[in-house]
Amino acid sequence: MAREVSFVFNGNPMKMTVGDHWTLLHLIREELGYLGTKEGCGSGECGACTVIVDGEAVNSCLFLAAEIDGRELLTIEGLAVGDGTLHPLQKAFIENGGIQCGFCSPGMIMAGKALLDENPNATEEEIKEAIAGNLCRCTGYVQIIESIKSVSGHQTEEPRVIAWKTEENDRDA
Amino acid sequence: MQALCSVGKRIPKIDAVDKATGRAQYIQDLKLPGMLYGKILYSKYPHARIVHIDTSRAKQLPGVRAVLTGADIPEIKMGVYKDNRPLKVGKVRSYRDEVAAVAATAPHIAREALNLVEVTYEALPGIFDPEQAMQAGAPLVHEEHKTNVLKMPWKLHYGDVEAARKEAAFIVADRFTTTWVTHCCMGTSGAIAEFDPANNLTVYSNTQIPSLAQKDFLEALKAMGVQDRRVRVIKPCIGGGFGSKLDTYAYEYIAILLAYHTRRPVKVEFDRTEEFSATSTRQPTITYISQGCDKDGKLLFRDVSMILDNGAYTSWGATTPSVMMMPITSLYRVPNVRYEAKCVYTNNTYAQAMRGYGNPQATYAIESTMDMLAEAAGIDPIEFRRINANKAGDVSIQGLRITTCGLEECMAVVKDQLAWDRPKEANEGVGMASLIHVGGGARVYKSDGCGTIIKMDDFGKVDLFTGATDMGQGSDTVIAQIVAEELGLHIEDVHVIHTDTDVCPWDVGAHASRTTFVAGNAALGAAKKIKARLLELGAKQLESPLEKLILQDRQIRHREDAEKRIEIGKLLRKTHFSHAGQMLMAEYFYDPTNENMGRDFRGNMSMTYTFGTHGVRVKVDDETGKVRILNYVAAHDVGKAINPMLLEGQVYGGVMMGIGYALSEQVILEKGENMNPNFRDYKILTAKDVVPIAAPVLETYDKDGPFGAKGIGEPGCVPTAPAVANAIYDAVGVRIKDLPVTPERVLAAIRAKKGLDLCGRELSQDHPDECVIQQ
Repeated sequence: MAREVSFVFNGNPMKMTVGDHWTLLHLIREELGYLGTKEGCGSGECGACTVIVDGEAVNSCLFLAAEIDGRELLTIEGLAVGDGTLHPLQKAFIENGGIQCGFCSPGMIMAGKALLDENPNATEEEIKEAIAGNLCRCTGYVQIIESIKSVSGHQTEEPRVIAWKTEENDRDA
Repeated sequence: MQALCSVGKRIPKIDAVDKATGRAQYIQDLKLPGMLYGKILYSKYPHARIVHIDTSRAKQLPGVRAVLTGADIPEIKMGVYKDNRPLKVGKVRSYRDEVAAVAATAPHIAREALNLVEVTYEALPGIFDPEQAMQAGAPLVHEEHKTNVLKMPWKLHYGDVEAARKEAAFIVADRFTTTWVTHCCMGTSGAIAEFDPANNLTVYSNTQIPSLAQKDFLEALKAMGVQDRRVRVIKPCIGGGFGSKLDTYAYEYIAILLAYHTRRPVKVEFDRTEEFSATSTRQPTITYISQGCDKDGKLLFRDVSMILDNGAYTSWGATTPSVMMMPITSLYRVPNVRYEAKCVYTNNTYAQAMRGYGNPQATYAIESTMDMLAEAAGIDPIEFRRINANKAGDVSIQGLRITTCGLEECMAVVKDQLAWDRPKEANEGVGMASLIHVGGGARVYKSDGCGTIIKMDDFGKVDLFTGATDMGQGSDTVIAQIVAEELGLHIEDVHVIHTDTDVCPWDVGAHASRTTFVAGNAALGAAKKIKARLLELGAKQLESPLEKLILQDRQIRHREDAEKRIEIGKLLRKTHFSHAGQMLMAEYFYDPTNENMGRDFRGNMSMTYTFGTHGVRVKVDDETGKVRILNYVAAHDVGKAINPMLLEGQVYGGVMMGIGYALSEQVILEKGENMNPNFRDYKILTAKDVVPIAAPVLETYDKDGPFGAKGIGEPGCVPTAPAVANAIYDAVGVRIKDLPVTPERVLAAIRAKKGLDLCGRELSQDHPDECVIQQ
């Protein structure tokens, strides 16, 4: 069975026929061919497939494609503006080491965006809460949280120890 | 000295833009024209004879292009012990044994076809406990081996442990166990195999060992009767490695075999359940350890005997004792050491390499008993470690040459930053553990080398081809920084290509925290050749003595005469577009002069060693056994931080993986069957579990490292578990000797100490044992 749906995809109006059993993830990856949204588990446990529907972060692997009808869908590909200028969150992830293997990054960034759109002054605790469903095995989340925090209006200056050196070895090659 | 422009800077990963915009392509994102989808049927039993397999119904399903069983394929032997085959013949030895494979035009058809394969098994008694598996009369996992104990001679004895034991004023002895944990790469495993009409093979695989995989696949082709053909390995972006991709696996060979049979590209891609149940784990260990010291706290001996659950087949996991030897013989100065390890076949999942390669298991036992011994001797645990600390210039009893060593400084900074001596609340405690790890390559294979080719274009840009593998740790960025530094270029001028064995030189693989050191030195070697040529050409062009010239900011400049300068790109064009023109290219193969271990396992396996100390402050809830980490300091001697931001990322990620190892992670096997193959039940830490981590970095500048650097990929997760266990002991006086340190275990220990069972009842009462924790 299939049905016709109309929705806005990364700012562009779309009209297409979707299978009743399709997930939104299937629609995005297999039918639209946008591969930035990742499948990490297929059962809503890892958050790698996070996209934004009507302003809300959802696991696209658990979201029925048919239900996108009449809604607005944003994927990682829709985040940078047309001239290629990156979204501040993308920049923040890049500049703060929030990305290692990168498999969780699109979902993580989308979860961060949904949070900050809703709550531009999110605190560290609110950030942790918002990405609690997005698993990352590389970073230990520290630099991801820093990345999102750097874009949030709620900034605290906490000096971090970066490096210390032994005096006799304090030299550049 | 010229100030550093790229090295030492917090430069973003050069592939981060692709990854932040969704452009980066992983194996999940690759699709070749005409590609088929392969699926694997796994065993229904942990140990059984395969009586019969009927594939006829599966083959008739529309869309199915091939169905293979062990009977259909040649004898391809996999693994370090060559005891495994892509599809099993005769019997299955674990639940993850591959029994049949299907290629079909769509994934769901392949899956449906698996349901139509009919396998008749005759169940055999299984063996799941390595200690029982060692006993006479235990079911044999591989009958032809006649015993379940692998014939791997992990045994050393330096000095005289028994004599030292007699002299010791204080001795502690205990038993520690660790269990299965798994890598949990966010991108699952997968491969695409494709043959051209002449039977040359291309494999797309997210491997950490492209060069060794190429060799393995060539051997498979040979077994298939395909002689003298080429194998090309292409790595897409890797969604996490952590050691999981250090071997070649059945699914890769199955993709190759299905592609060969169908003459179409075939992709095998794991789903998350498969990733949990059909990829390899860290080795579970049972460790018996004793250590002794004299009355002043000087270590006299360390005696370790270990049993490793190898699982049903042998991968690199069985060789982790070679790395465990390093902390056992050389973490702190120990004059007498004995170590023996037995790897034992069971019908469990088979183990593999995982970040730290045995070091976390060994360090858990060593550093737990270091605290116990300090207490027995009545010495402060930090002072006790300081008394025995390694020092630069030491040659350890195993022959490890300690060139630089910041161990004492690391301990001091942990003590300071953790406010070690601060008054503690009730049930609050601090704990510390240190580490030694290979930091300058690791000669476990015949070569520890890596090649680099540099090609300069006409515009002052570099194409750099390296054997190194970036799986997210940022080796491509570090290599680019090193080359940019050496050539006076900007980071964006260096394009690193590391994805294709057709163009990239050989490398032994991304293991042993070796890439910055070995691939970095290889890149530096090639860059030095280019630099020499550029200076030569520049000297001619600028009519200046060569030694007066420097490479800086994309130019060759005279040190004293600001007028004398030329753009490197312009110089390259002049050199190229002239009579008898030339273009600049250079290659360099760096193989460190570290040593393979000798017959007695002595040998300097690494050019240098990374040291570190982790300290942790915990609070234990004595009503629930729950451990809360209040603060964590992970200090490392890294030689030189080429990129402090990426380095911190390695430490943070390692520590969080280590805390998971310490407190929450375990693959639960019930008679060999994985009971928690999903992220709901396998507990990796989430963002809400993040603890405050400081990652101070000590730079000791190692003479052999590129710009002084040592490796830091693995150390973050090495001493985490014992640091946590030591802190728990400090907090509530119970020592947990089994990982993970679950609340149940802590609570049981707290109550046992009070003479109560887990439910809080007097132990003397006569009641059933429903309150016993199942180990």
